[in-house]
Amino acid sequence: MIAIPDNPTRGHLLRCGPGESIRDLKAHQALGGLKALRHALTMQPAAVVEEVRKATIRGRGGAGFPAGTKWSFLPKDNPKPRYLVINADEGEPGTFKDRYFLRQDPFALLEGIAISAFAIGAHAAYVYVRGEFVQEIRILEDAIDRMRKEGVLGRSVLESGFHLDIHVHPGAGAYICGEESALLESIEGKPGRPRNRPPFPAVAGLWGCPTIINNVETMACVRLVLLHGADAFLAMGQPKDGGPKIYGLSGHVKRPGLYEAPLGLTLRQLIYDLGGGTLDDRPIKGIIPGGSSTPVLGPDALDVAMDFDSIKAAGSMLGTAAATVFTEGTCPVAVLLRISRFYAHESCGQCTPCREGTGWLERVVESIEHGTGRPGDCDLLLSAAGQILGNTICALGDAAALPVISFVNRYRDDFEAHITGKRCPYGAA
Amino acid sequence: MSLAFSPDAERELERLVHRYPNRRAAVIPALILADREFGYLSREAMEYVAKRLEVPPSWVMGSATFYTMLRKRPTGKHHIQVCVNVACYLRGADRLGDHLKKRLGIGFGEVTTDGLFSLEGVQCLAACGTAPVLRVNDEYHEDMTIEKADALIESLRRAPEGAPSPGPGGGR
Ligand SMILES: Cc1cc2nc3c(=O)[nH]c(=O)nc-3n(C[C@H](O)[C@H](O)[C@H](O)COP(=O)(O)O)c2cc1C
Ligand code: SF4
Ligand code: FES
Repeated sequence: MIAIPDNPTRGHLLRCGPGESIRDLKAHQALGGLKALRHALTMQPAAVVEEVRKATIRGRGGAGFPAGTKWSFLPKDNPKPRYLVINADEGEPGTFKDRYFLRQDPFALLEGIAISAFAIGAHAAYVYVRGEFVQEIRILEDAIDRMRKEGVLGRSVLESGFHLDIHVHPGAGAYICGEESALLESIEGKPGRPRNRPPFPAVAGLWGCPTIINNVETMACVRLVLLHGADAFLAMGQPKDGGPKIYGLSGHVKRPGLYEAPLGLTLRQLIYDLGGGTLDDRPIKGIIPGGSSTPVLGPDALDVAMDFDSIKAAGSMLGTAAATVFTEGTCPVAVLLRISRFYAHESCGQCTPCREGTGWLERVVESIEHGTGRPGDCDLLLSAAGQILGNTICALGDAAALPVISFVNRYRDDFEAHITGKRCPYGAA
Repeated sequence: MSLAFSPDAERELERLVHRYPNRRAAVIPALILADREFGYLSREAMEYVAKRLEVPPSWVMGSATFYTMLRKRPTGKHHIQVCVNVACYLRGADRLGDHLKKRLGIGFGEVTTDGLFSLEGVQCLAACGTAPVLRVNDEYHEDMTIEKADALIESLRRAPEGAPSPGPGGGR
């Protein structure tokens, strides 16, 4: 089991605790900032890619795909420009970690971007920030301006001859734009409707050019790898899942917030040791371990380790490692309703199973919650969700279906009690 | 009346179009700019953006209608967004939303008759660790309670321009 860090609100990734920030380039440098970038610029780009591959940074945007492997998919002989796109759309409900970097530690993010752009040979990077983050966009743009003025960005990054511009692109309120191909459409000025694949973005992404898309926290990990070396980065985590991780905690806990620990913390450690336990010490009814699309787990899963493979073996997904906890006394149908409403609202509508299915799931869950559900609705929900799974262009369809299946299976008695009693037994409706 | 950007907005537009290899890519940031300048995106405002970017109006409208943050009709001077998603729900967002509706005498999607306030239920604002969360114009207000919401409404009523700043992370 992983030892709990002495101060889990700070660490390698979380350089600032709650309320603190590093918004000044000098302060960043005083903490070792730009050292990783300087070091990278002395290497061959291919050697930087190799170091990142060795560190096996698993993408922090939710899918856990290793960053170095993704970078190696870039075609070697394509003469078009290459782009690096950073996903700061932070849309998955329950997740609030990337905002930390934008708001409190923008230079760590920007340094990671500069290193990654150098490694993959991109001279322009776009950071796609959700539109609600107006202040965060300002902070990030100020930090970029500062780096440009100091010669850290621009024509010759730290006098290396490597040219790099970083731009911020704002979203405008569409969760689906967090999906990487929809995000590219959105930067191109179009509605954010996911693309059919292949081709994958590494081959034909932004404006048809080879493009790498990575999450904000992934970029912060890249900086750590170049600062400490791949081996040291790996040693900050578990043997197979290298590196530190930012965990989010929300819902019915005493101390919600962000925490840093190695990958592989157990849910019990996160909720009780870091989060101080549940409100009024009530027993746990459910844990959504990694953002609202990840299947709900029960208190029996408290000793499951939060790493990509262990959570999967327990029937859920690590996702963004942002756990949302609810305690006994909470109506699970009401919780699922918020989730199903969200995915129905955010479906882009281009595939029939998702467009029709998500709306249908929402309506049935809503009618059950309001006491107008019919016998057999639970099986209907399971079969309707099953018809969406795997039959859509992007993973939003699965994201809508998986919570329904997991909630109905885990809390079937609660669902049936709503239907037979013709009302919400928790009085939540 | 024909619309025109202020000098500040002109400078911003100039900066925007240089970020991208083509002008179409500036459509969404330019729409955000126009929304901010004109209060919402009327048909005229969308046509203005199309003209300024030299792109077909149908492109601009197709994008404008897709994105929920782009306002298709006017809101109150203080536009209050209440997050209704799961983490906020678990921390009392429904009670908060109901309280605001009662207090302002409007529902979600409505504007007070004096034009001062409007309310909207929105999806996760990515501040779930400080739930429940409100967003007023460009500012986040976190760890909200009914009492804090009441104080906020009062200070907004008195505020001459925009909302008072809650500080980083709502004080956390
Ligand atoms: C519907 C949907 C929404 C997504 N939203 C986000 C998001 O807000 N932020 C993010 O980083 N990744 C999001 N992703 C994952 C991205 O598609 C992509 O895998 C990720 O940005 C890659 O970065 P990484 O490899 O560094 O994790 C989303 C995926 C889907 C299907
Ligand atoms: S699965 Fe849903 S969100 Fe994804 S492309 Fe299809 S309709 Fe759009
Ligand atoms: S659920 Fe309200 S901010 Fe995330």
